[in-house]
This record gives sequence, C-alpha cells and structure tokens, in this order.
Amino acid sequence: MFRIINQVFQVTRFSLASLPQRKGSSLSAMVGIAGVVVVMVGVLSIAQGIMATMKSSAGEANVIVMRSGADTEMTSGLGGDEARLVTEAPGIARQDGQPVASRELFVIINLPMRSTGTDANVPVRGVEPQAALVREGFRLVDGRMFTAGLNEVIVGVGARQEFSGAETGSTLAVGSEQWPVVGVFEAGGGLSESEVWVDAPVLQDAFRRGNSFQSVHATLERPEAFQDFKDALTSDPRMNVKVQTEAEYYEGQSRLIYQLVTGLGTLIALIMGLGAIFGALNTMYTAVASRTREIATLRALGFRSGPVIASVLSESLLLALLGGIIGAALAWLAFDGFRAATLNFSSFSSMTFAFEVNTPLLVQGIVFALFIGFFGGLFPAIRAARTPVAHALREL
Amino acid sequence: MKYLSLILGNLRRHKLRTALTLLSIIVAFLLFGYLAAIRSAFLAGIDVAGEDRLITRNKVSLINLMPMAHQAEINRVEGVDFATHNTWFGGIYQEPSNFFAQIVVVPEQYLELYPELELSDEDRQRWLETRTGVMIGKVLAERFDWKIGDKIPIMNPLWALKGGDRNWTFDVAAIYDAREQGIDTSQMFIRFDYFDEARQWGQGQVGWYVVRVDEPDRAGEIAAAIDAVFANSPDETKTEPEGAWYQGFANQVGNIGFIITAIVSAVFFTILLVAGNTMAYSVRERIGELAVLKAVGFTDGAVLGLVLGEALVITAIGGLIGLGLAWLLVAAGDPTNGAMPVFFISVRDLLLGGVLILALAFIAGIFPARTAQRLQVADALRR
Amino acid sequence: MSETAMASTQTTEPRPGNELLVDVRGVDKVFTRGSETVHVLGGLDLQIPKGEFLALMGPSGSGKSTLLNLVGGLDRPTEGSVTVGGQRIDKLSDRKLAGWRARHVGLVFQFYNLMPVLSARKNVELPLLLTKLSGKERRKRAELALEIVGLSHRLNHYPRQLSGGEQQRTGIARAIVTDPTLLLCDEPTGDLDRKSGDEILDLLQALNTEQGKTIIMVTHDQRAADRATRTLHLDKGRLSSEPQA
Repeated sequence: MFRIINQVFQVTRFSLASLPQRKGSSLSAMVGIAGVVVVMVGVLSIAQGIMATMKSSAGEANVIVMRSGADTEMTSGLGGDEARLVTEAPGIARQDGQPVASRELFVIINLPMRSTGTDANVPVRGVEPQAALVREGFRLVDGRMFTAGLNEVIVGVGARQEFSGAETGSTLAVGSEQWPVVGVFEAGGGLSESEVWVDAPVLQDAFRRGNSFQSVHATLERPEAFQDFKDALTSDPRMNVKVQTEAEYYEGQSRLIYQLVTGLGTLIALIMGLGAIFGALNTMYTAVASRTREIATLRALGFRSGPVIASVLSESLLLALLGGIIGAALAWLAFDGFRAATLNFSSFSSMTFAFEVNTPLLVQGIVFALFIGFFGGLFPAIRAARTPVAHALREL
Repeated sequence: MKYLSLILGNLRRHKLRTALTLLSIIVAFLLFGYLAAIRSAFLAGIDVAGEDRLITRNKVSLINLMPMAHQAEINRVEGVDFATHNTWFGGIYQEPSNFFAQIVVVPEQYLELYPELELSDEDRQRWLETRTGVMIGKVLAERFDWKIGDKIPIMNPLWALKGGDRNWTFDVAAIYDAREQGIDTSQMFIRFDYFDEARQWGQGQVGWYVVRVDEPDRAGEIAAAIDAVFANSPDETKTEPEGAWYQGFANQVGNIGFIITAIVSAVFFTILLVAGNTMAYSVRERIGELAVLKAVGFTDGAVLGLVLGEALVITAIGGLIGLGLAWLLVAAGDPTNGAMPVFFISVRDLLLGGVLILALAFIAGIFPARTAQRLQVADALRR
Repeated sequence: MSETAMASTQTTEPRPGNELLVDVRGVDKVFTRGSETVHVLGGLDLQIPKGEFLALMGPSGSGKSTLLNLVGGLDRPTEGSVTVGGQRIDKLSDRKLAGWRARHVGLVFQFYNLMPVLSARKNVELPLLLTKLSGKERRKRAELALEIVGLSHRLNHYPRQLSGGEQQRTGIARAIVTDPTLLLCDEPTGDLDRKSGDEILDLLQALNTEQGKTIIMVTHDQRAADRATRTLHLDKGRLSSEPQA
C-alpha cells in the first residue's frame, strides 16, 4: 500500500516538474476554468443578493397582515377600522403602552433613475411612526424623521443611490406637488431601503384613499406567539384578513426571481463548464502526448498504471483548483457588495440589492472547478495508462 | 478553394483534438445564441415599438388610473390620429407563477392601432360578438393548451366583480399571431365594455392611452402638446413614444444587456484561449511540414493564409453548429415555459454571430499563423 | 573509378560547350548561435552547367546542405552571389524567392517530407496549387508525374501506407511536377535500404539522361555518388574534386 502511494507521489512529482514546459496550454486551461467560475459565482451572487435582501427585510418576530386573497401589498386593501383592530390584537409587542404595529399604504411614483435618466417605479410607503420600531435595524443616517401631517418624506439608502432627487434637501415630484426629502434611513439591508416613506395620512390624501390602508406590519412579543395571533385574527368575524410572518411573505415575493436567476445562472455555468471540460481535455491529452515517452519509460521501469493515472489526474485537478481559486477570488473582488437595482415583479416597483458572494458560493465555484478538472483529466489519464509500453518507447 | 483538402486534412490529423476544439466552439456559440434570445425577452417591445405610437399615462405613476374622458381630449390634439385606452387587469390563473399579461382594451380600436397582430376574420368577428370573450396570443394558447370556446377562470386581487366576487370567467374568442418576429404573443386582451360594467368600482377609470400620431417625426412635439392639455388638472399625464416606454421597463429590470454581454465576453475569452492554444500547439507540431510548403514555393503570405484558413474552417463549422443548436433550443420554448413575452434569436444577433465567428477565427489563428509566416525555411528544415 | 568520376577531376570548372545553369561566386555563409559564430562556407565558387548530375559529398557539418539551400533559394549567403539560370537569386525578396522556387526548383529530402494528411496525388499536386492551372489540369499533371516515378497504382494512398522507397518516389514526383530545370536532392537515399535506394538512383539517373534535368545531390554514399556525372567533395567550407584524407 505504502509503495503505491510512494509511486503515485514520485510519478506526480515528475509530471509536475515538467509543467513549466507546458506553460501555454496549462495556463489556458487554468484561465478557462477561472472564467467559468467567475461567471458562475457572479450570476449566482445576484440571486444570493436578492435573497439576502428579502431575508433581512423580515424581522424575526414580525408579521404582515393583508386582506385575505391578496398576495402582495399592492393588491391588498384594509379599511381604517379593520386595520386598527389588527393593531389591537393580542400578542403584539408593546412599547410605552403603544402596540409595535404600523398601518401602511403602498403606492408607486415615477422618478428618473440616476443611471439612465429614464423613469422607474419607485415604491412609496405611507407609514405610522411605529414603523421605525417594527423594522429591525431602522436608523436615520442623514437628516431627520418626517413630521406627522406634513408632506415630508424620508428615503432609504438604496433609493438614494438609484433615483435622482432622492437625497436630503431635495424634493420629489409627486403628481403636481413637490415633497421635500428630510432624511435618509437604513433598515438592516432590507427591502425598505429601496422605499420612500411618508406619513400615512398624507399619502391617503394625496392618492385619494380615504381612510384605507393596504397592510399592517407588526412585531409580536415573541416569534412563538404567531399561531395564536393568526388564529385570533382569522377567527374574528369583523375582519377578513390574511396573516403571514414577514419571513414567509418576503420569501414568497422573491421566490420567482430567485429561481429564475439561479436557474439561468446554473444553466449558463453548466454549458460553460462543458466547454471548459473540452478545453481541459485538450490540454491534458496534449500533456499526455508530450510525455508519452516518459510515461512509457516509467511503465517499463515497473511503475504500475495506477500511479500514472493518479499523476495525470492530480495535474489536471491542481490546474483546476488553481483556476477555481483564481476565479472565485476574482468574482469576490468584482461582485461582492456591488449594488444594483431591479424590478420586483410582485410589487411592480424597484428594489435595490447588493450582489452577495458568500462562502458557500465560493466553495460551490471551486468544487465545480474540481469537477471540470476531474473529467478533463480522467480520460487522458486512462489513455496514458493504456499506452502500450513497447510502442510508446519507439515513438518520438 | 484549392487549399481546402490541405486544411481539412490537417484538421483530420488529430481527430480527437479537433473534435474537442470544435465542441468548445459549439458550446460558446450555443450560449451566445441562447443568451441573445434571453436578451430579446428582456428587451421585448423596444424593437417592434410603433414609431407612430405614443403612450400616455398618469404622471404620478402607471398604477394611478385616469378618467376615460381624456380620450376625447387627446383626440382633439393637433397631430393626433386617434387614441385608445388600455387598463391593466392583473389577474391570476390558478397560480401566481402562471403569470401572463392581461390587458383591458376596446377591441376595434386596439386592433386598428396594432395592425401587426394577425387575426382571422372569423376570430375577429367572434370576439366582437362575445362580451366575455378574450383574444389570446398564440404562445399563451400553447402554454395552457387553450382553444377557442374554452372558459378561463381568473382570480383578480385587484378588481372584484360587483358583489365582491373576485373570480372572473372569460371565453376564448380569438387567437392572434404575430406578423413579424419579436411581437409579444403571450398576452390576453379583455373587452373594456364588459369589464367596465362588471367591475365593482372605478367605472370610467382607465390605465393608459395608446395614441397614434399622423407624423412620427413630430412625435415629441405632439407628446408635449398632449401633456399640456392636462397640466394642472387632477390627472396630469406623461406621454412618451412607445419605444421609450418599453426601454423604461427594460432599464428598471436592470442592465440585462450589459450582464449578458459580460457573460458572453467571458465565454468567448475562455474559448479563445482554448482554441488559440490548441491551434498554436498544432502549428508548433508541424513546423517541419510548413517549412516544406515554403520550400516548394509557398510564399509567407500563403502559409499565413493557410493557418488562418484552418482556424476559420474549424470556427465556422463549430460556430454554425452552435448557432443552429441554439436556434433549435430556442424554438423549443423559453426556460420559464411561456412566461417570457418573446423568445427568439433576431436576424441581427445571427449576423453578429457570423461576425464573432470571423473575429474568433482571426484572433485565435493570427498568432500561430504569424509564427508560421515568419518561419525561416532553412532553419526549420535543419531541425 | 568510372568514366564520369574521372571527368570530375576538372574540379570546379564546368564542362565546356554547355550552357551554365548555376553560378555561385565568392559565397560566405556565417551562422550565429548565441554569441558563437560559425563559418560554414568561405569564399566558395561553384559552376554547374545545364544537364549535369552533380554529387556533393563530405562529412557531417561540412556545409553540404547549406550549399544546397543557397542554390535552392531556401537561404541567402552572407557574402557573394548565387545566380541560377541567369537570375541573381540572393537579391530577391522572400516573396519573389518563393515564386522563383515554385517555378524553377524541385526539392527532394532525406525524410521525404510529405504531408501526412494528403494522399500521394494531393502531395504531388501541392506545388501546382501555386499556379493558375485548373483543378483538372493539376490532377492530370500530378498523375503524369506519379506515372514517371512508377507509382500510378498508389495515387490515393497516404504516406503512412507507402514504403520508404515509395514515399521517396512520391517526393521526386512532387519535385518534378512543375517541370523545373533544377532538381536538388538532400541525401535522397539516406533513409532507404539498398534495393530501394538503387531504384531511386535509377530514377534520378533517368531523369537526368532522358529528361535533361540538372541534378545536385548531396550524399554520404559513394555508391550513390558513382551514379553522378561529376562528384565534388566539400570539407571545411571548401570544394575539391578529391576527398581529403
């Protein structure tokens, strides 16, 4: 057993020692594999980023209540009284005697994007003051909170980056009115950061919504209270509502786009990976061909085919590993934290997010590279081991 | 093409190597074609937008409705041929993931404004005679296997029927096709007269207007004139050319064009390395033969051309097969099974593919070809 | 010693009464390898009349192949002039030189140097690709050349399917297919067994006597040199009619 390992080690050392002579083809295989990993990690980091945004939108003990049958806030509608009853339900956390719950409206206004100058659907949320308590990680990073009853707005950091005029001291055109921006907030990286917030009654007036809302966001005393809270609301004959944890709600919102991007990213990576396998096969066949005599000599000296296979395989795995690490590192440097905006199809409005290159993704990229290396090396390795010794010695 | 046998012979020399190079080139062009189709889906509408059509929406946002009365006023604007209104229906068929666009229109007016929709006289007549009738696109019909006469239940979270029921039922009255590539046939059109009467609230309110102008050259001017009519009214408007309207949507989805270009560049860079390296290797391997060619009188230029020709042949074969496969794959349907508005490889992208074939062949072949060109016969033969 | 070998005692002087085909005058050839310079040929003169079959002998490294390359326009002298058929070829551009080779010189190599990917006929056709001949005409001439070397039955065979002798005959067919005046052969029998070698020499001799081809043949083999009309020995860059002891 030890002898075989020693043989493998020796033969592999030979093959690696000749690597510099095959710089060109080895390098091209390596860079090829790196390219595949960059694209794969890059595309998947978009999906990861969207997912992360949605996840951080959801507070651990937070719930969202909408009209039964509505699957987004856009299509929901709650009467003012109905919404007030929701905020008074048992299980909702209280602070200074007030329930930590916010009755909210959700509309869209058009603002030009900074990048292209064309209009984007910007989500505008009418909130009650408690909204800041409900959102985990809510913090003003610039200016101040809007004043209740005035048409002042605050904007999320994502919105500030994407839309013209979304900054403190500027004004936003809402129909024929100009609403001053008085502050900028962050909200733990969640979806709210893409939004513009304004006092709910102001928005109700501006959009002729009477005293109606679209959702209630609330924080429960503890996450386990959810079932009781839900039962209490759904069994209440005075209302007709749908109760979800925020986690459920946002997961549902991002599922489609997450699946689409992940599916496409995986498909592209697989096809590209196939191309890289062909490239690696070419490189390794060439490597084996250029070492035919050397391999035959080793075999003639009594080395078994196992170590020969192992040496070719380990060379291609080494190249793949280096390619994978380079690719993963490049993807991480280029994409991690890169901010972008897209259209959230379920609310028909813009959402901003940051590409997220996380450890599982990096590992996935490197493992994929090793796969390419394995398949790219396997067949050439077998060919090397099968080369008839006498014939090969005569060659060259 | 008297050198063809020499080129083909060289490619046949190492069949496995040639096959692998060919396969990697096929993969590159397959991806190129497929991504071009995905790009077309995201940029749907921009290319086929009518030059003589404007879209007028509520200035606040698309989701804010406008009064139907705007129609008559827009029609009176100088330079406007006529306007019709559309409304977003936004219903769900069985599952939210079955998404497709449902638009409420005035049939005669809509069909007049969109002559690119192809519809048989029979279907047209049937739709005009059926109040609950809908006109659906060919792709949509195929997606859910809907036939003329089928009843389609649609739940609508946005619009309720009188009495509060949210479950609407429509009859498939007509199926339309596109007269040219790139036109969305994944939509459903509902009759406005039925919708307006049946909905619980919002009577007389519509989503946006499509306006046809007499002279496309004056579109900007006319758009401004329309917006001026409603300035300082409770429902101010924003009017823009149809192409800009679609471009606006595409911009919001994100810079898909850029992302796809980046991916395709990475793919081609990778393939370039693989193919270029293989070609360089195969030239090094037969330096002697190339020297013999020169010895018998081939000029340096001819040898350069020969190696480049070899690169071109392999790239062209691989590229054409790859594009062909992409074409077949795209024709078989989009990856979301019908949710993309259009999914096709445009002629422009095919031509671009052709240019890429030439470029790839040139870049991959030029370095080995230069090696071959510079080869000193006497030195190489002495080897 | 044969009669022809006797004639070669005239050394570098051409046989009178014959038109001069090759005229090499005062040729130096210096190779540079790194910092080292090697004088291969020095002040060499060589005149070859039309219709001669010249054998060039000498030890390895004596400059035989270099001389052959100079006469064949594959290389240029460092000093001196090379005139073939009245044309100063050492002054031609690479491009013109290639065209000149295609028209005037047929080359035969020790290791045949056939294209492994082409059939015998296609190999012979190769130099004709540089002409304006039609495909049909090229084919006809290639077949004729193969007929002359006695390979009509091997038209569609690939080099690896041919014996060494057959490969060399294909090489000769390729050299004569353009009907050049000058045939340059670098050790044409060096890689062949005696019987095949003799056949090749028969063929060259026939080409010389029957078709009037001027042939310069570099060889190690005295038996091969015996077939020539004149033999010259090259040693340390100098020509003489006798081998140096």
